[in-house]
Amino acid sequence: MGASATGLAAAETLRREGYDGTLTLVGDEPHAPYDRPPLSKQLLAAEWDTDRLTLRTPADLDVLDLDLRLGTAATGLDLPAHEVRLADGSTVPYDGLVIATGVRPRRLPGEGAHVLRTLEDALTLRDRLTPGRRLVVVGAGFLGAEAAAVAWRLGAQVTLLEPAPVPLAHAVGAEVGAMLSRAHLDHGVDLRTGVTVTEVTEDGVRLADGEVIEAHEVLVAIGSVPNTEWLADSGLGVGDGVVCDEHCEAARNVYAAGDVARWYNPLFGTAMRIEHRTHAAEQGMAAARNLLAAREARKPFAPVPYFWSDQYDMKVQAYGYLRGHDEVAVVDGDLAERRFVAVYRTGDRVTGALAAGMPPKAIRQWRQAIAVGAAWSEAVPTELEEAHHG
Amino acid sequence: MRVELDEPKCVASGQCVMASPEVFDQRDEDGVAILLVEHPADDLMDGVREAIAVCPAAAIRLVEQ
Repeated sequence: MGASATGLAAAETLRREGYDGTLTLVGDEPHAPYDRPPLSKQLLAAEWDTDRLTLRTPADLDVLDLDLRLGTAATGLDLPAHEVRLADGSTVPYDGLVIATGVRPRRLPGEGAHVLRTLEDALTLRDRLTPGRRLVVVGAGFLGAEAAAVAWRLGAQVTLLEPAPVPLAHAVGAEVGAMLSRAHLDHGVDLRTGVTVTEVTEDGVRLADGEVIEAHEVLVAIGSVPNTEWLADSGLGVGDGVVCDEHCEAARNVYAAGDVARWYNPLFGTAMRIEHRTHAAEQGMAAARNLLAAREARKPFAPVPYFWSDQYDMKVQAYGYLRGHDEVAVVDGDLAERRFVAVYRTGDRVTGALAAGMPPKAIRQWRQAIAVGAAWSEAVPTELEEAHHG
Repeated sequence: MRVELDEPKCVASGQCVMASPEVFDQRDEDGVAILLVEHPADDLMDGVREAIAVCPAAAIRLVEQ
């Protein structure tokens, strides 16, 4: 269930691993699987056409011999009957199920705001981003920041509103978050922090203190909600995602993967839900492999998450699980120059690394440290740590 | 089989290098992928297929000869 990157990766893996039975791929969008990261980057900037987002050619899809049902949402799951109900009234029986129904954008009260999740969302916003147009972006997370950077480049007047004192501080730490937010200000994007938006109005947005910020267009980028309502009566555990074990299994022969899955990652010893592009494919593959494997041969899914973000002339890349970290240390380069590698400590381990403007090999060694659960005291040079504390 | 790399699509994630270091590398200056072997031997194909699957930009393809 779900015909985006995760569902596609699961379907391809099932075929590659030798499954030759009926393979049904159901997606609520009318399009063949396409790639989402460019929606807030090259597609929004009108650098790419929509056909560049297609993940597989029709010929590649044909080889998979799918029962492909697009434009059809799943509406219910009957575990005892081994059946999924679809919006068109039909049911799909299964022996094995991979749930990859993804997330949808959170919204604000009021009408008329843009969100950015689907191809249509991106094209609609793109049509409106003409030079001089006033755009308010609500939420300075990665999506909001990328969209603000593109809109600025297209000549729009951009105001970026963020409730937290420092954007992305919860995700990357206050120092790195502050560095990223300076890039907005340097480019003339009006970033305002500590600002809570309560609703979208006809001519802009209203803040908690009653002030109205006028805008021609409003983009709301305040995070996502997992698409799990269709599972409400199924008996599956749902709580900010489909709850799975370390094998990505939610119930016997039912797996979840991608944005919608909350699974136990043994590498970090915690349950997590990851909304990154690379993760979507990796978990789709892992779930498919475990679904086909004999139960005792299944493998725990213990990845080092990876994401990247393009903002202005900066590429930010990160490995690991940065959330909830205890300490950040810059181990290479200089934050102020926007060329650096920062590493993250949680407990006594290296759990994350984030780089901007550095050669790829500079961060790859830290990925390795995260993958083996390296001790912070051994991996991070002491003088740097002292300098950081000092 | 021939490996095709759509260089402008590459986002320099380096996932291909980790999945298949014999076939892919990254440029030092910007991290964009480099194709080391255009026609990989059969024993490298599992790694190549893994690289294709994990590439976050869908920038790698296998083309039938």
